[in-house]
Amino acid sequence: MTDTPHEDESAPATMHGCPVTDSRGQVVIHLGRDRYLEVMRVLVDEGFAMCVDLTAVDYLDYMDRSLPAGVEPERFEVVVNLLDIGQRRRIRARVQVSETDAVLPSLFDLHPGTEAMEREVFDMFGISFSDHPDPSRILMPEDWIGHPLRKDYEVGSIPVQFKGAPT
Amino acid sequence: MGLSDVIDDGLGGLSHNVITGRLEDLVNWSRSRSSWPATFGLACCAIEMMASGAAHYDIARFGMEVFRASPRQADIMIVAGRVSQKMAPVLRQVYDQMMEPKWVISMGVCASSGGMFNNYAIVQGVDQIVPVDVYAPGCPPSPETLIHAIETLHTKIEQGEIMRRRSESGAGAGIHVTEIPASSVPVLLGTR
Amino acid sequence: MTMIADEGAQELRPRSELTAREVMREVGAVLRLSEAEAAKLGDLPEDPDEDQTMVINMGPSHPSTHGVLRLMLELQGETVLRCKPIIGYLHTGMEKTGEQLTFMQGGTNVTRMDYASPLNNELVFSMATEKLLGIDGDIPERAQWMRMLLSELNRMSSHLLFMATNGMDLGAVSMMIYGWREREEVLRFFQKVTGLRMNHNFVRPGGLAADLPAGWRDDVLRILDMLPERLEEYDILMTGQPIWRERLQGVGVITPAEALALGATGPILRSTGVEWDLRRDQPYLRYDEVEFDVVVGTYGDAFDRYAIRLAEIRESMRIVRQILDRMPEGDYRIQDKKVTPPPRARIDESMEALIHHFKIFTEGFKVPEGEVYVAIESPRGEIGCYIASDGSPTPYRMHVRAPSFVNIQCLPHMMRGGLVADAVAVISSVDPVLGEVDR
Repeated sequence: MTDTPHEDESAPATMHGCPVTDSRGQVVIHLGRDRYLEVMRVLVDEGFAMCVDLTAVDYLDYMDRSLPAGVEPERFEVVVNLLDIGQRRRIRARVQVSETDAVLPSLFDLHPGTEAMEREVFDMFGISFSDHPDPSRILMPEDWIGHPLRKDYEVGSIPVQFKGAPT
Repeated sequence: MGLSDVIDDGLGGLSHNVITGRLEDLVNWSRSRSSWPATFGLACCAIEMMASGAAHYDIARFGMEVFRASPRQADIMIVAGRVSQKMAPVLRQVYDQMMEPKWVISMGVCASSGGMFNNYAIVQGVDQIVPVDVYAPGCPPSPETLIHAIETLHTKIEQGEIMRRRSESGAGAGIHVTEIPASSVPVLLGTR
Repeated sequence: MTMIADEGAQELRPRSELTAREVMREVGAVLRLSEAEAAKLGDLPEDPDEDQTMVINMGPSHPSTHGVLRLMLELQGETVLRCKPIIGYLHTGMEKTGEQLTFMQGGTNVTRMDYASPLNNELVFSMATEKLLGIDGDIPERAQWMRMLLSELNRMSSHLLFMATNGMDLGAVSMMIYGWREREEVLRFFQKVTGLRMNHNFVRPGGLAADLPAGWRDDVLRILDMLPERLEEYDILMTGQPIWRERLQGVGVITPAEALALGATGPILRSTGVEWDLRRDQPYLRYDEVEFDVVVGTYGDAFDRYAIRLAEIRESMRIVRQILDRMPEGDYRIQDKKVTPPPRARIDESMEALIHHFKIFTEGFKVPEGEVYVAIESPRGEIGCYIASDGSPTPYRMHVRAPSFVNIQCLPHMMRGGLVADAVAVISSVDPVLGEVDR
């Protein structure tokens, strides 16, 4: 419903050489790490000048998700939502990030607003962003161990006991 | 009325109405009627705490409207909201900076028990960090609930012993208060 | 107030540890300048020695940081050279908890993020779930209009809260009383409709939890009739008042380019003159069928942000009046057996209905695989919900793009070169809600 009527119905299967899919009417471009910065830069030139959101998903328990042909599923995905204010359209980029080498180039120089978002992704998922101006934790205490939103990180709930409850 | 009348006739020498009572009652009464809360708003409950300070609920009726930003001037800490692992040391320090006697109201289920957020980030009950006197239930507690909690605390203050320190009462989480012994040299009044 | 909790690298680093590039990069990147251009900006004293500057710590327990925001300010005299917000003091692990709760329960979680506008949070979560289910086109008309009614009333109550806190932060303490007085009227309506003053969990996937109560129209009309007069009072107390204008005009200025680069949305972006309101530009619910104006500012200062919010209360009232005229009859939730529990009366007579009811509330409903991002306009800006589903009744990943989290990044740029006395005015004008900053 938040999609724009301007969106191209016959969205091409590729855009700048990267596979493009349609997710419930929303345009999603799938990127690898090697072309991440380059495509992001091109998208800015195309009008997607505002980065509204940058987050990540840990697909540890869900590696068999559907991805377009040619995209190798990795454990982590960084999801970037871009907005074109002029033409009122959105595009979402899903970037595969491997577990063993969880590093992505930072978007800071392109979208300074991603500074806090990338720190949050680092804090919650342990994905580092190279050339980030301030690569530190943001939400958890500085001496915290682990990255809470990873799927192999426990929720950390303690069992609730109702004292005096009939057993 | 001269002082000599009292010396001669005892209390019968007083010509006006006088109420006698225990000093403890007087102190407790004044403490409960002018307990100043520290602003310790954390989350949703803070909004309701501020709402109870505003026009409609008006906790000035209970001598509580003076929210103090400095813990040094506050008597009651209303922990209003969820306490995260990162905030816990800060909360403890603010509590330590408050002067004795001091009381704590744990406002809302998040502060009281972690509430619905039973996870890595939230301290499961602020009573693990500071001793709590009154727990106010609700998510968030409506201002009426907070006022009820405050009234409950006032009753507690009025019935408390003024000189008893918390470490002796055994309440809370084993807080130890170091008492500085008073000067052994007697203070003489009226002499220069 | 000094803190024993040392957050190490998260804090503002002393100047001696920084390279010139690091200092200039932050400013230059936002202005989209090259490093050489940024170095020439020169509107601040050139590289002061460390013994001429002072770092002060504000918060996290501070009366005017709107919750548990902590700021570290580097000052030279009264001038703010650098500023760094340190957040996370209210981190609640809501995105992790969101993965434990079913789509049916998820509303209880998201509604506690932005506690000043809980209905908007529920709305965006419900809309994202509906999009994943593929039922977003089938929501009944009455549900859509009811959602709009609640969303706009919530915008009013949120902005009234801003009026109260903004006044209080700037020393107009009686404004706090006035703002709350009006907000109570709206909350009373919410309590009548949803049963709660805050954290309603009323907007659910598929519709709403209940229909509007009898007499709701009179209650809304009472609010609408009362508010214009009260807002005039605000104008007299604040808008036209020289002291108020002096304190806000020209304070915390941000340019359109900076705001766009930082991803700021809502009143902050609009205060710079950029007309961007999702209600108009990417309409959801039935916003394309009502008339309202998108209020924009000119200077991008704290006064513009205040004035925009005041004007938005009036625009919301205009929308609510149109909703009152056009509220259709019908169902308040979708009659889709998959997501809607059976009506209470059916449970008494039918075993199947009872089982169905039980299953929906214990197991929840399964949501097809996929991922969506849905964004709506909350009082603070674009609130978005990104949900990835693996086909189970709980979201595989639930992320909320919180407007305050992004907007708070504007603080260093608004404060740079300003006076420390204006810091509180700037924080207040951003109107962050720390619950959604830290989530």
